[in-house]
Order: sequence, then structure tokens, then C-alpha cells
Amino acid sequence: MSENNVLKVENVTMQFGGVIAVDNMNIEVNKGEIVSLIGPNGAGKTTAFNVITGVYAPTNGAVYFQGEKIIENHPQGKMKKLYQGENDGKYTHSIVPTPDKITKLGIARTFQNIRLFKSQTVFENILIAKHLRRTSNLFTATFHLNGKEEAKMRKEAEELLRIVGLEDLRDEMATSLPYGKQRRLEIARALATEPKLLLLDEPAAGMNPQETDDLTAFIAKIRDEFGLTIFMIEHHMDLVMEISDRIYVLDFGKPIAEGVPEEIQNNQRVIDAYLGGAADE
Amino acid sequence: MTKKKETIISVALIAALLIVLYVLEQILPSTSMLFTVLKKGAIYALVAVSMNLLNGFTGLFSLGQAGFMLLGAYTYGILTIPVEQRENVYMYFDGGIVQFTVPVFVALIAAGVVAAVFAYLIGLPVLRLKSDYLAIATLGFAEIIRAVFQWDKLGPLTNGSNLLRAYPTFNSVLFPFLVSGICIAIIVMMINSTYGRAFKAIRDDEVAAEAMGINLAHHKRIAFVVSSFFAGVSGALLAMYQTTIQASTFKSAMTYEILLIVVIGGIGSVTGSCISSFLFIIFSEWILRFLDNDTYIGSFHVPLLRAGFRKVVFSVVIMIIVLFFRQGIMGTREFSIRGIYNFLTGKSKKKKTAKGGNA
Repeated sequence: MSENNVLKVENVTMQFGGVIAVDNMNIEVNKGEIVSLIGPNGAGKTTAFNVITGVYAPTNGAVYFQGEKIIENHPQGKMKKLYQGENDGKYTHSIVPTPDKITKLGIARTFQNIRLFKSQTVFENILIAKHLRRTSNLFTATFHLNGKEEAKMRKEAEELLRIVGLEDLRDEMATSLPYGKQRRLEIARALATEPKLLLLDEPAAGMNPQETDDLTAFIAKIRDEFGLTIFMIEHHMDLVMEISDRIYVLDFGKPIAEGVPEEIQNNQRVIDAYLGGAADE
Repeated sequence: MTKKKETIISVALIAALLIVLYVLEQILPSTSMLFTVLKKGAIYALVAVSMNLLNGFTGLFSLGQAGFMLLGAYTYGILTIPVEQRENVYMYFDGGIVQFTVPVFVALIAAGVVAAVFAYLIGLPVLRLKSDYLAIATLGFAEIIRAVFQWDKLGPLTNGSNLLRAYPTFNSVLFPFLVSGICIAIIVMMINSTYGRAFKAIRDDEVAAEAMGINLAHHKRIAFVVSSFFAGVSGALLAMYQTTIQASTFKSAMTYEILLIVVIGGIGSVTGSCISSFLFIIFSEWILRFLDNDTYIGSFHVPLLRAGFRKVVFSVVIMIIVLFFRQGIMGTREFSIRGIYNFLTGKSKKKKTAKGGNA
């Protein structure tokens, strides 16, 4: 494993009962890269994200973050009999952190269907994401003995609002924002958790070409400004091809191709998967 | 208007309120219905705010409030009955096993602590449940606690199904106002802190909150324990108000009364809970009393009016509110000096205050 490896997904299989959603997936994302995960609907892309962020414990396999193993699991209980994936028996431990622990390590995410805190303003949405980096405890926070930290949180949140260009909408209700701005706010909120790796789940979903162009520039901008590594799921091929350093293609839970955008565009298996060509494997 | 000015005005208003209460006490007879309403209203305001912290701000639908109040009331009673009175109170249990007393304020805090400890313990399994299931489990807990406290075998501690009495109580209406006021202020400060923001995030969207690094189990437990602590304190206050403690008074009907107050006031509004608790007590203890009495106009016997009819009216009221006025009096808005100031000076209200929420 090279030193600048940020994320490594190793032999991860996610099986729900008899259904294999992700099958023996291997992915590596290096520092500073923008890597895309594409594939037809139902290929298991979001499931892969949910495994990496701790929403699901994988049935088998391991995930490394910055060289450290953060998730590992092996078939247990009745899954021992049901398990059909590969590498059975290779993993023996069970490390299954909850999503908040993963976020604390430095992996933040956005959601396919926007999930903002709907009764909160734009500013409060970002401020909430600062909660996990607190040093105050319940007592000091309640009695406002953490004035310095609170001021710092607020200042950082204001700063983020400015960077993402939402400072004019600071006191609007989050859900009253136009769609494109809500996406942007969700990304800003993820950035507020001070991540090293940002997972974007279809950031351009439902956007028009103009908004998609803005988003492309925006993603490149935050990557440079925050020194981020970005791993995203996306269907807009213009966006994917323009911005990605590398692309992984997933079909029926299996990775079928990996490479730079040009390679993927000319890969016959990918074309078949997308256009439904004859599967002659 | 600066923040400093706002604080000064708030403090001045609170001082004025206390002075008014003090003056009223000097001029009106202490048996006046007004004082009953004020005392009970202040106590119910505290327990309603504590319930709102859970149901309104953290989104945990819990119905265990009466159980935690019972724990607080008993803890207070057991710790403060004077030693020389114990022989009398615990006459069937040889004076009971607790043979010491603690000062009133220590007992009030102990009442909260005992409720909080129980909340922590039952929170471990129960807080994994969601929505209705959590409500059923906490309601069950409250009922079980009530039954256990009436159990004869625990008599030396709880006096079984007999009354606890002869413990110190309060005469002045200022006492419940001060204690409730301080407790509610602490809850409000917590809601305004970074923890309060985390609670609201959990209420709005658990999945997103967890993805933002908020430990769900930890924060739900904090909300549950803190809420129960203050329910315990209010239970102790209620015990002082009633001058006797009996487990059978802490029925689930009491929880529903508090829930009614929270809903009327607005789920997610502290000031709403306070206002509606006084309104509720005024109506139930004072204005609507006549509903429970047989009434004759001339020789005409007014139909329906009889013992228990008040409860029917309240049931209808809660149905109407839930169906048509889900927001309650305040919605998720708060009643604030700044809000009034802006209203009076005609400044445009902040969008947040104007729109309320959709909790």
C-alpha cells in the first residue's frame, strides 16, 4: 500500500440475504485524486458508499483509511451458510464502527436524496456539523463556559458559508433554498466536519447543464482549497469525464473496469453494461 | 437592541414578576385559587419543558414522565421526613429503614439524580427503540415503577401503599417559581448550546445527524437523562405542593396531561410549554371546575355535567388540537423580548420566527 493511499476497499462483499449487492469490490483512492464510481442503476454504488461510511457492516472484507484498517468483517451467524462471495475465511475480525465514528476519522459524505436539517437555517446546518470537533462537555457547553470554542465554531461556519457562496442566504431556512443551492449546502455541511476524504453521492442529480457546470468548477475548487480527496458516484458523464482522475465502473455489484476517463470511454465491457449489449463473458 | 440591553430587560422583568407575586401574597388570602394555579402551573411548566426537551427537541417520543416524577417525589419524601416523625409515618413498617434527613435543597437535587440514574439504566435498552415503540416502553416503565413502589415488601423504604407525609413543604408561591425558573433556565441554556443543536439535528434527520459525526446513542441518552433529572425535581416539587405522596397519583393520566400541555404549547417551544401549562392549570383547576359539578338552573338539571365530565372535555380538546392545530400556540417559535421589541417597532421579523417549524 503506497503512502499516499487515502482509501482502500479490500475484497468487500455486501450480501443481503441471498442478494449480493456488492461483490468482492476492490477500490483504491489516492491523496488529492477525484475518483468516480459509475455504473447502471442498481449496480451497488450507494451500497458501496454505505459500507465505507459505516451505515452497513460489510458481509466480508475490509476498508482502510490512510493506511489504517477502519472496517473489517466476516460472515457471521446465518450468513455463514448463505455467504456466496469470495475470500471466505480471509477475514477473522469484526470491526464495525457506527457512521459517526467514520466521520470523526475524516470521511464525510453527502446523500443521493438531499438530507438537510429542515427546521434549521443555512448557517445552523453548517454549525451542527462543527459539533463533532468540540472539546467542551455537556457541563461547559450548557453553562456557556466554552465561549472561545463556540466563537471559533461560528467563525469557521461563517467562513465556509463565504467559500461556498451562500453567505447571503445565511438565515434562510435550509429547505427554502433552490435545489442547486441545497446540494451546495450539503457539501458545505460535509466540509464543516473537516474531512480528508469527501464522498459525494450523485452531487449533480437533477441539475440542469448550467448548474452541472457550476458544480464541476465547485468540486475542483474545494478539492484544491481544502486539500481534499474526492470519491463520488455520478451519472452525468460530462461531469465525470471532465473532472475525474480515475473511474471505477460497477455492474451487478462487480467492478468491471477501472482507468482514466479515456480508457473507460473506449472499454467494450462498459459500453455493453450501459447500452445493454450482448453479455458474452 | 443589543444583547446586553436584552439581558437587563429580562432580568428586570423577572424581578418585577417576583415582586408582584410577593405583593400579591401579602394582600390576598393564602387559600386563594390564584396561588394554587400559580404553584401548580410553575411545577407543571418545569415537567412540560423537560418533556419538550425529549419529545420536541430531540424527537424521542417518551411517555415515562410520570414515572420519573414519582421517583423524584419519593426520593424527596424519604430523605426529608423528620426522624422523629418517621415512627408515625411508617407506622406499619417500624419507622422505616431510613433514619436520617437531609436539607431540602440537597433532597431536591437527589430527587433529580435518582430519576436520572433510573433513566440512564432503562435508557440502555429502551433508547434503541424508535417512535411508538419507545413511547410504549417508557409508558410501561412508568406503570411498573408505580406498581413496584406500592409493593408491601418495599414498605420499609416506600411505606408501601400508604401515604408519605410530614416532610417539609413550601408556603410561598415564590419557591416553586424560583426552583422551576432556575431549572428551565438551565434547560434553555442547554438547548442553545452546541448539544442543543445536535439534539435538533437528531430530531430533523437521524441519518444525516449520524453522518455529521453525532453519536446517536450518546446524545439520545444525554437528552433522556437530563429530561428525567428535571422530571424528578418537578416530582419533588409536586410532592411539596401536595403535602402527601402516594404512588397511585402518578398515573399515566398525569403523563397525558403533561403531553397535552406540550402539544398545546407547541412541540419544540419552551415558552409555549410554560404558557400552556399555566393555561391548562387555570382551566382544569379553576375555570372548568363547574363541569364536574351537578348544576341546576332554577329547577332545570343541566345535562352532562357530573364528576368526570371535565376529562371528557379535555379529551375532545386534545383531539381538536391534534387534528387542526398541530403547531400549538407557539409552534417551534419562542417568545422573546427581542421578538416583542421587533414587533412593536415594526421591524421585519426574522424569517425563522415568522415561519415557525414543522416538527
